[in-house]
Amino acid sequence: MNQLDPNSSGFLLTESLVKRFDDVVAVDDVSISIQKGEIFALLGSSGCGKSTLLRILAGFEKPTAGRVLLDGVDIASFHPYERPINMMFQSYALFPHLNVWENIAFGLKREGMPGDQIRTRVDEMLNLVQLTAYAKRKPHQLSGGQQQRVALARSLAKKPQLLLLDEPLGALDKKLRQRTQFELVNIIESVGVTVVMVTHDQEEAMTMASRIAVMSHGRVLQVGTPKEIYECPINRFVADFIGNINLFDGQLSVDEPDRCEITTGLGVMHIAHGIGGAIGMPLAVAVRPEKIYISKKLPDVGVNLFSGKVREIAYFGSYSSFIVEMADGRTVVITEANSSRLANIDITWEDRVFFWWDEIDPVVLTQ
Amino acid sequence: MNLEKWSHLRLGKRFVIGVPFVWLLIFFVVPFLILLRISVTDMGNGVDPFAPLLQAIDGSWRITLKYQNYLSIFEQADKDGAMVWWDTIYLEAYITSVKYALWTTVLCLFLGYPFAYFIARAKKSIQPALLMLVMLPFWTSFLLRVYAWKGILADQGVVNNFLLWLGILQEPLLMLYTDISMLVGMTYVYCPFMILPLYATLVKMDFRLLEAAHDLGASPWNAFWLITVPLSKAGIIAGSMLVFIPCLGEFVIPSLLGGAENIMIGRVVWDEMFSSNNWPRAAALAVVMVLFILVPMAIYAHYGAERDAMAED
Repeated sequence: MNQLDPNSSGFLLTESLVKRFDDVVAVDDVSISIQKGEIFALLGSSGCGKSTLLRILAGFEKPTAGRVLLDGVDIASFHPYERPINMMFQSYALFPHLNVWENIAFGLKREGMPGDQIRTRVDEMLNLVQLTAYAKRKPHQLSGGQQQRVALARSLAKKPQLLLLDEPLGALDKKLRQRTQFELVNIIESVGVTVVMVTHDQEEAMTMASRIAVMSHGRVLQVGTPKEIYECPINRFVADFIGNINLFDGQLSVDEPDRCEITTGLGVMHIAHGIGGAIGMPLAVAVRPEKIYISKKLPDVGVNLFSGKVREIAYFGSYSSFIVEMADGRTVVITEANSSRLANIDITWEDRVFFWWDEIDPVVLTQ
Repeated sequence: MNLEKWSHLRLGKRFVIGVPFVWLLIFFVVPFLILLRISVTDMGNGVDPFAPLLQAIDGSWRITLKYQNYLSIFEQADKDGAMVWWDTIYLEAYITSVKYALWTTVLCLFLGYPFAYFIARAKKSIQPALLMLVMLPFWTSFLLRVYAWKGILADQGVVNNFLLWLGILQEPLLMLYTDISMLVGMTYVYCPFMILPLYATLVKMDFRLLEAAHDLGASPWNAFWLITVPLSKAGIIAGSMLVFIPCLGEFVIPSLLGGAENIMIGRVVWDEMFSSNNWPRAAALAVVMVLFILVPMAIYAHYGAERDAMAED
């Protein structure tokens, strides 16, 4: 391996990558490290710079500053057609005048592979995505799901070192998307390629990726496994962006190595770990809706117990969501799994309810 | 369209489709039939320009169709009086016309393609302005624009004077009344007809396809030949037809800019009509020219339709 930078590790590295369009900074000082064989997701809302970052990796955009290292080689100056990287486009970008077979063979022909090897490889790819019977069809004669599989087969045909997926399921309808997610992951894992994907859909990122980078305004806010991102967000933006969360602002009032107390507008909240901060510093307590218990009867708990009035109930089938209004007029979102057919059936609008959570469940956010 | 389909169409649709059909019937089919009818008769007797179709011969009415006019296009007497095929001034004029029309088409394609590509890839906000520039010459009379080329290309014209002044030339270059002036004039006049359909197809093309091609290892040149050109084929064909067909029968430009040795068929038809007063032969020449154009178009339309139908399956 031709390792130019001995300090770095990881198969794909971006070092202080910056991309400026006129006076807009699309990618702002992004340094990420991606391991060989992992599926890495760039997650963020539109305009957060994730697509620009992907286009820099593909070579369609030149970074204003910073380096991109693939397997130790700085590829920032390489043209797209010189990179061992292939991309599956959001629109699939299948060549409309070529049939499925020719689309998949396109990249192989460009690298001058002999005809019989091309045939073997294309047949292999068609088999992988189960489209052998459709080899002679033109792209417009295929369904959205089939087009997506052709696009995948085409981007995998050259055995790229890195596969880029741009909103891989964005063009499919919801039902098809769920099925395709697992299919896509299975195919990618059977090939064993390293993947960087871009998505605005957190569910898609969480089910497909081994690690996620949450991006906003061109910056990477947090990198972690889906579980880390969800359970341990490091700041308000990440906590708020991924799933639903209740945020309570307050000040640190007690801080011991194994516990702390935070005084909020609702009262004192107890946390089962220390913060190591200064007494009186502003903090936010973040609690996921599904971590909160709800009941009409006063439970036998001492701390983190609050009460309010039910304002809204939404039934989602597998779970129900309650919006509870507290004394100061603010609301808390609580979800309860409908594990039993008759669960929570007694809670209705305008009911006075108690809600509480375990000391280990909240996340304390300092920023 | 067959009649069964026609009868199922609603009145509004029939009207919309019917108006252009009627237009073409009155102003293309009927005149063409008149032309056909003239082409199969003899020359007139000095009063009428052509002989009537229906003649009373020996007391009975007969329709007489003459094919001599067509024959004379392909056959003429040589010095010894023997009939010789293929070596007639008419065929020569046809071949000259096809040659100039082809050259003009090729020149327009080479000049127009980069231009259309450039407009299609320009910012959306400046595209209308660029298209306006393409169409700007139409605001001036066609005749004036062709005349202007005389002033530019003449021995004492703008180009020659400039090159002489620069010292590149010692004596004026002969450009007017040569192939150069003909092709310059025709290319200049017909280039917009190439650019506009090319632009129309190129602007619809998804340029992400080129990124996809680059991504799969195609160099910019390869991507152009393998993706852009095949996808703009419809525009290339439409533009080429729009240039080739009017060029074939072009009369004004060869008259103003062309030399005596490059006689195109438009000029020959004119001469037969107004100098020789031989309307039937002029008509026959025109009919053959229409066939020249219609046959390749029909073949293309037939195979094009067949291919599209196959693609739909």
